[in-house]
Parts: sequence; structure tokens; C-alpha cells
Amino acid sequence: LLTDKSGPASLPAEDISANSNGPKQDSLFDDDPEDLFAEATEEVSLDSPEREVLLSDGPSPAITPITPPTSVITPKTCSDPFLLTLYSCFLKIEEEEGGDSFDMHISVSDPEKVGDGMNAYMAYKVTTKTSMSLFKTDEFSVKRRFSDFLGLHSKLASKYLHIGYIVPPAPEKSIVGMTKVKVGKEDQSSNEFVEKRRSALERYLMRTVKHPILLKDPDVLQFLESSELPRAVSTQALSSAGLLRMVNKAADAVNKMTIKMNESDAWFEEKQQHFENLDVQLRKLHASVESLVCHRKELSVNTAQFAKSAAMLGNSEDHTALSRALSQLAEVEEKIDQLHQDQANADFYLFSELLGDYVRLITAVKGVFDHRMKTWQKWQDSQLLLQKKREAEAKLQFTNKPDKLQQAKDEIKELEGKVQQGERDFEQISKTIRKEVSRFEKERVKDFKMIIIKYLESLVQTQQQLIKYWDAFLPEAKAIS
Amino acid sequence: MMEEVKEVTPTLSVHADNIKVTEVLKEGDTLTFIIVSQKLSGTGEYHVDRTYDDFEWLQQHLFSQEDVPGIQGVIFPPLPAKAQVNASAKVMKQLGFLGLEEWQPYCKALENFLQQIAAHSILCKNKALEIFLTSSDPPGRQRVRKNIFNRLSQAVVEMRKESHKDVDEFFQTERDHNLVLTGCTKTATERFLDVVLTEQKIAVACGHFSAALQLCVEQGEDPDKQAFSKACVKLSEVFNSMMKNMTSVAENNVNTLGVGLDLESRYQEAEKEMLFRRTCKLVELETARRNAEKAKPVKKAAMEEVKKAAETEFDHICGVAKQEIAQFHGLRVKMLQQALVQWCEKQLLTAKEKADQFDQHLQAFRGMA
Repeated sequence: LLTDKSGPASLPAEDISANSNGPKQDSLFDDDPEDLFAEATEEVSLDSPEREVLLSDGPSPAITPITPPTSVITPKTCSDPFLLTLYSCFLKIEEEEGGDSFDMHISVSDPEKVGDGMNAYMAYKVTTKTSMSLFKTDEFSVKRRFSDFLGLHSKLASKYLHIGYIVPPAPEKSIVGMTKVKVGKEDQSSNEFVEKRRSALERYLMRTVKHPILLKDPDVLQFLESSELPRAVSTQALSSAGLLRMVNKAADAVNKMTIKMNESDAWFEEKQQHFENLDVQLRKLHASVESLVCHRKELSVNTAQFAKSAAMLGNSEDHTALSRALSQLAEVEEKIDQLHQDQANADFYLFSELLGDYVRLITAVKGVFDHRMKTWQKWQDSQLLLQKKREAEAKLQFTNKPDKLQQAKDEIKELEGKVQQGERDFEQISKTIRKEVSRFEKERVKDFKMIIIKYLESLVQTQQQLIKYWDAFLPEAKAIS
Repeated sequence: MMEEVKEVTPTLSVHADNIKVTEVLKEGDTLTFIIVSQKLSGTGEYHVDRTYDDFEWLQQHLFSQEDVPGIQGVIFPPLPAKAQVNASAKVMKQLGFLGLEEWQPYCKALENFLQQIAAHSILCKNKALEIFLTSSDPPGRQRVRKNIFNRLSQAVVEMRKESHKDVDEFFQTERDHNLVLTGCTKTATERFLDVVLTEQKIAVACGHFSAALQLCVEQGEDPDKQAFSKACVKLSEVFNSMMKNMTSVAENNVNTLGVGLDLESRYQEAEKEMLFRRTCKLVELETARRNAEKAKPVKKAAMEEVKKAAETEFDHICGVAKQEIAQFHGLRVKMLQQALVQWCEKQLLTAKEKADQFDQHLQAFRGMA
């Protein structure tokens, strides 16, 4: 039995040359969508706990840490009829993972204040619409509060982050924003805050369920389906600020490592650099968009002010036709103000929030890279310890202490197991990360493209509206004389 | 060097409506304006270069025409404030719209100033205008003696006269109305300027975002990287379009409604000045009447003379003022209409162009898959 609960299946170690610390780059991890089993090169041992997972029908019970069913069987090497029947299970899972048959839409709506004073909270309605067989019905909703979302994220992070899965970060906490709402301030800024949060919660859930592994997690399913959810406590654990602190701690730990990791796997080195660069660029873009949103809001305020002054001018004007035209001018400007506000919202909700989401996601990505380092370090530490024990054992051979010798031999045996496990863990996390990164990159492109199209559509629409307004005003202006 | 004023009734030798300020040259700290006007007889043109001081010279000459009866009843075409290269923030604020777009609106304002003078039945007769437009030498930079029209020199105590009750309902109404309109127009002009300045900020922000997107282009053959890079390049183009759009919208705002409101605002102030001068004359007249009444027999005749002179002058002023007001009402409606129509037409054109462009971007993007 494995002592390390969170480890993946005990797969036979791959033959790796001594100076590399990861599988060779070219051989195993082409993410070729045609060949579903391209990654599969190892056989599943029939003793592995994974077997239970593979054999069960539905999602595993909540208490068992989930070992993700990565495709581990190769059709070429397998002749066992039992294993062959498992293909169909995997095939089904892979198809669903393929993305074409992902059919699920989650909406977060109807924010409702529950309670009074500082104990008050916002309850949101979470509605799921889906045709996937994973669920009992194809439309259902539940009521959730913000801490429930944080609780969900906390659980997912503790289960999946350290084995290399990019768990989408939960939305930010905000003491100021929430206090205003609790205190009952029904003004524009607190309404904006609630809307911003609602949108963020929706995006968070969609990202989470789009992940083929996370979707099947029992905590996720419970979150979406259960009418009652145990109250999440200590949700400080893994907000994105918490995540960032964790990553920084891990980074510090890495720097303190006595043996520097010999990153001869160029893929990981390149990807890490790539994400560093991407982080910097996205932050710049984010700052740029925030500035744009700020100016647009300012324009809306100024346009409204101008509209008011134009109306006053129209009222004071003697000349009838001119007075009328000026009043119309005021109305046109008011309408244009509304357009400015809509545009500011588009800028914000489409770009600013997207960029913010991705900056936070990249923090999670950096986190899994750091976990890989830690896993490697753990393996190396075990190896060093084993070596020391062997040296100690060799010395004991020449002494007359049979008990101590036996103890040493036992310890060595245990350590050998640990070293093997460490190596397997390292390979597994490396493999998982490769897959995750590939998925992440594809999602990133899809996300950005979709947002850009939405944005362009809003631009086109704004212009059409503008044309209508000017067209209507022109005859009024011409009629003055 | 000023030329001798001839005794012949002066007439302007150029077309009034064709006076153009065609260029502005920057020489150190000075701005020099090139003014072109068309000869009435024949097909020739006058090209002259003038600085702001020359414009002030002209204005001072117009103000100091004391021999013209009722001259104080004239609504003098307003001269914009002085513009400078590297103007201070205070100067720029004072100039408002006229300080934007590389001095083009400012040139238009100067042009308008000259055209209005040339079209004015009384003012066009002043020789100073002819010299200003046709003399190859600058008209002379010496300051003409201070005149009564310079409000800055008026004592604070004179300001109280502004609210002095009128004897004529027509004028009282006009004064009240002018007071309201001046305030409203000033506010509207300032607020519209705020709109334009924010539009310019947005244009700059769009430009920054466009440039930042260019930096996100990643090298490599990785299909995801290439797809992302392509998307960034395309989006960069979109924001570049948006920047140009905002710039056009701001430009349109400045060149049509902006300068229109600015001109209206300055003209309202000019009318206010005229009405104030008349009110001051009214106060003078009432004082003269009281003095004549109360005068001791010794002084009575002299006081009566003064009173008669004041009455005559006041009548002349009222006569001119009534004409001017009627003309002004017609003029300002025409100017505002022109501004509003041009503004709407330009914005409509820009909006249509941009709608097409954005649509093209959208189609191109969808096709990128």
C-alpha cells in the first residue's frame, strides 16, 4: 500500500539516463489529438489502486483522494482481455476530455443579501445547464455564498496543485467592497462591486468545470448539485493572495535548496521562462486597460455634465428653433453618455477582468512548476539519505551488532521504496504539467479570441447606435434659421 | 510707421468675406500669422504677415474712434487672448479650444475677427483695417494711448453700475438675457472642453494598449503561440483604429462645435461690454441731469451744456446699440447653426467610416478562426 496518499499509481519506472531528471522530451508527450494514447507507454499494474478507479462506474467517493485516470494503457502492448475492456472506459473519458462534447453552462445570478449588519452576506444562485451524463438532471440550481466558493477552491487546491494540476484561482476577497454591502449602502459603487464579483464567480466556475479532471471531482459535483453545503471555514487558506504567498514561500525554498536542480529538460526551462515573460506582459496590458477604463468613466461623467449645460443653454435661449436644437443636443449627448458607459463596461468586463484572471492563473501555473521542483527535491533528499544509510550499513558489516545491522537493512529497504516512489512522483508531475500546460495554452488562445470577437461586436454596435443618433440630430440642426 | 490718414472717405479695398489667415509660423517665442485677402479691383491678392501685437494695434484703433457718433454702442468683434509658443497652463486654460489642434482653431478665430470687422458698416471704414490688411510693413508696434474701452483699467466702483436699473425696457430685458446667456454659454464651453480633453486622453490610452499588445508577439513554431500572437497583432490593429477614431472625434468636436461655442461665448462677452458702456453712459447722463437741476444759476448754463451733450451722446449710443443688437441676434443664430450642422455632419461621417472599419476587423477576426 502506498504511504503517500496523494501519489499517483505505482507505475514501473521508466528507464532514464542518470544525468537527466525527466523523461526525454521528444518521445512521449506529443499532444497529438488524433492519437488518444500517444502518451501511454506504461502498463498499469493490476495491483495498483488505480484499478479500483477504473472499474467503478461513476465518480469516486469523496473520501478517496482521486488519482486522475490519465491514459496509461497502450493498445499495442496490451493483450489482457480485462484491460482491453477498460479501453472503452478510457475512450469515453478521453472523448469528453477532447472538448467537442463539453456541453455545460453555469450562470451565477440573483445576488441576494441575507441577514443584517456585519453578519450579513450575499447569496448567489448557481444554475447549471448541461446534457452531460455526469449529472442527474440537465438543469438545476443551488444557493451559494462567497465563502463556499473559496472553500471549494481550497479543497481542489489541496488535492490537485501539488501533483501538477493548474487549479483555477478563486476570485479575490475584498474587505472594503463587502463591508459597504453589509452596511447596506445601496449606491452605484456597491452595485458595481456585486456585479464584478458575480461575474468573477461565474468565470471561476466555468474555468473549473472546463477542466476535465476537476469537473469529475466529487467536491465540484457536490458544490453544483447539493442543496446544503457544510459551511467552509478557514477560507484564508487559498485565496489568490494566499496562493501567491504560498508560491513565494516555495520559491524561497527552492532558492535555499542545497542541490540545484539540473534542468536538462529544456521543455520545462523554456516554459518557465515563457510564463515569466507572459506574466510581465499581461500585467502591463492589464495596467494599460485599467487606465483606459478610468478615462472612459471620466468621459461619461464629462459628457453628462456637458449635456446638462447644453440643456440649460437651450432653456435660456429665446430663438425657438435654436432652443429646440440645443435641447436636442442635450438629449443626444445624454444618449452618447450611455454609450460611453457601455463601452467602459465592455473594456472592463471583457479585457480588464480577462487579463486579471490570467495574471492570477499564471500564478497558479508558476505554483505547479514550483511543486515539481519540490517533488524533485524530495526525491533527491531520499536518494541522499539512502546513500548515507548504505554507507552506514557497510560500516556496520564490520562490527558485531546484528540487531543494528538488521535495522539498517530494514531502513534501506524502506528508503529504496521511497526513492522509487519519489522518482515516480517526479515523472508523474512532469507528465501532468506538460499536459496541463498544453491545455492551458489552448484555452488561453480560445479565451482571448472569444473576448476579442465579443469586444469587436460591441464596438460595431456602438458605432451603429452613434450613426443613428447623429442622423436624427442633423435635421434638427439644419432647421435652425 | 503709421501712414497719414487721408481725408477721402475710406473704403476697404479687399473683399470682406474672403480674408483668410492661411498660415501660422513659429519664430522662437513668437507666432506670426500670414493673412491673405483678395483685391476688389482686378485679380490680385495681398499677403501680409502680422503678429498678435498688430492685431491689438488694430483693435485699439477701432476702440479709439471718438469722432464716430455712438461708437460706444458697437458690439466689437472679440479678439482672442494672446497665444504663445510653449504657453503656460494658465494661458492654455484661458485659450480653451483655441489652444488646441496646432493653432488651427486660433487662426480661424483671428480670421473671423478680421472678417467681422470688414463686414461691419461702421468699423470697415476705419483706415487702420486697410493698413492692417494691405501694408507690407507691420502697422507699428507702439501702444496707442489708453482708451475708455479697456475694462481692466476701470475702477472696482464702476462695476456696481453693471446692475444699475435701466430706463428702457428693451435694454433691461437684453441686459438680463445677456447675463444669463453669458453664464450658460461659458459653462457649456468649459464642459465641452473637458469632454474633448478626456477624449484625447482615451486616444493616448488606446495607443499605449496597442503598443503593449505588439510586445506580446511570441516567436516560435508552436501553433498555440502563433495563434496567440496573431490575435494580439489583430487586436493591436483594432486599438490603433480606436485611437484614430477618438482623435478624429476630438478634432471634429474642436473644429466645429468647440470653436462655435467659444466664439459665441466671446461675442456674448462683447455684447456685455457694450451694454455696460451704455449703462455707464446712462449713469453719467442721470448725474448730468441732476447736476443741471441742482446747479446754482452761475453754473447752470454750463451744466445744461454738459447735460445736452450727454443726452445727445446717449441717444446716439442707444440708436447704434439697438441696430447692433438686432444684427447680433441674427448673426449668432447663424453662427451657431453653422457650427451645429458642421459638427453633426463631421461626426456622422467619422462614425460611418469607423463602423465600416470595425466591421472589417470583426470579419477578419472571425475568419481567422
